[in-house]
Amino acid sequence: MKKLESRKSKWGYLFILPNFLGLLCFTLIPILMSLFFSFTNYDVISQMSFIGVENYGNLFADRRFISALLNTLYFCVLTVPAGVVLSLLLAVLLNRRIRGISIFRTMVFIPVITSMVAVSLVWSMLYEDNAGLLNSMLQSIGLPRVRWLTDTSTAMISIAIMSVWKGLGYNMTIFLAGLQGVPPELYEAARIDGANGVHCFFKITLPSISPTIYFVTLMSLISGLQTFDQISIMTNGGPIDSTRTVAMYLYDYGFKFYKMGYACAAAYVLFLLVFVVSLIQNRASHRFVES
Amino acid sequence: MNEKTKKRTGTVIVYIVCIVIGVTMLVPFLWMISTSLKTQYDAVKVPPVWIPSAPQWDNYVKLFTDQPMLKFLLNTVKIVLIVILGQLFFSSLCAYAFARIPFKGRNAFFLLYIGTLMVPGQVTMIPTYLIFGRLNLTDTHIPLILPAFFSAFGVFLLRQFFMSLPRELEESAEIDGCNPFQIYYKIMLPLIKPAVMTLTVFTLMNTWNDYLGPLIYLSTPEKYTMTLGIAYFKGTYTTQWNMMMAGAVISVIPILTVYLFGQKYFVEGIAFSGIKG
Repeated sequence: MKKLESRKSKWGYLFILPNFLGLLCFTLIPILMSLFFSFTNYDVISQMSFIGVENYGNLFADRRFISALLNTLYFCVLTVPAGVVLSLLLAVLLNRRIRGISIFRTMVFIPVITSMVAVSLVWSMLYEDNAGLLNSMLQSIGLPRVRWLTDTSTAMISIAIMSVWKGLGYNMTIFLAGLQGVPPELYEAARIDGANGVHCFFKITLPSISPTIYFVTLMSLISGLQTFDQISIMTNGGPIDSTRTVAMYLYDYGFKFYKMGYACAAAYVLFLLVFVVSLIQNRASHRFVES
Repeated sequence: MNEKTKKRTGTVIVYIVCIVIGVTMLVPFLWMISTSLKTQYDAVKVPPVWIPSAPQWDNYVKLFTDQPMLKFLLNTVKIVLIVILGQLFFSSLCAYAFARIPFKGRNAFFLLYIGTLMVPGQVTMIPTYLIFGRLNLTDTHIPLILPAFFSAFGVFLLRQFFMSLPRELEESAEIDGCNPFQIYYKIMLPLIKPAVMTLTVFTLMNTWNDYLGPLIYLSTPEKYTMTLGIAYFKGTYTTQWNMMMAGAVISVIPILTVYLFGQKYFVEGIAFSGIKG
């Protein structure tokens, strides 16, 4: 029997080996390499030398990095709460058995399957200063035009609106799965006790799906911290750096200026941020989530 | 008002709200299609016209004759197909071992996989680029294909499904003299078909829509993928919104078609990513 077990376990190692080698080469080793580079002045051309935490010092001394950090957080503040609340409301609205409901779910879901690049191009056009659909609509009802993407105070908000629109269907789908797990008897009992829809939402729906809410918030926050695609297409970080995020900053340093060591340090700051967010979230969820 | 009419008005209100929201969600797409059929002049006309007087189907033809649009399309299809096949093979093999074959250190290995799910792509992006640069493989499709074979998410998803299968099947196959690879390949893999479909559409969606990968690695336009291609139109067509939108429409049609047929699997994949929380 013992022999059989060990023969079996050989198969186990054999089965995970190909995948594990891949993980090693393209994830684990790069994670360590990145950490190592972040303590060097590696820039492809000159001799690489170890410079301690200088990159990290320089990052936090660079006003543009601080502003990228703040822009990234600003983007999260704009998109995460709005995205979570709106998609939850949508899920509650669409979580009923009426004819044709799946058509509406599909409509909400279509932006999710579309590439960020394609929707960013469309929204760039919608946001266009002169001929854009949004400004034309504003003008036709007598309102002043908005410089959606060309004003430092509105550019990030405009990108955030688009991003919330794009992500609604994704979050809604997760919430719908969560809502399906709420036992219908709870609602029936509450109805008999005379509770209305709003009561049911706050007293039954919300507490029952609080783990899902925490999960969606966490995922939105983590992906928000890494925002790149839409900004790269719509404003390329401008006007005057007002939409430059950490991900864009490190892309520029890594792939335009080839300051790889410095860019790796920026990547590790991002990593740390993501890590801290998940830790805080984990703590908070243990305290507040009713299970 | 009696109970029945009250309920009916409620339903009508729900429908109205749904229609308003649904249409709002689709406006950008309708505008995309409308613009793609306009002349360059009409595309920037104020006030905007929704339905072009003479649809310019020619815009689509021009994309294929003046731009390497067909190349973009074929490159993307090629990458997506290879990634899906490779990922299914490597993930399912590994997931099966994690689910069913006991070996020393299994939990530690699995924790390592889960741990990597949390690491942002930006951390591995630069070293991976340097590795492929050293191998002289930048500006090829290999860096977009090879790393994608080894998906921790895929392992995680398929493991969960393997674990839900009854053990009797393997036991009887073992008695019949099948080795673990035969059991995995002939018996277990066909049984997790729904999970395989879910992973397939999920990977399809992510690979088809990936932008950062192609942006970093590809420099020759003939090698571009769809997303990079239409992003590149923004530089070449600057103000020709009609052409850019035609490109966007072409990039959306294939994935939309797959979605309409495999809707169930898209939803399951996303719902699954919610369960792990």
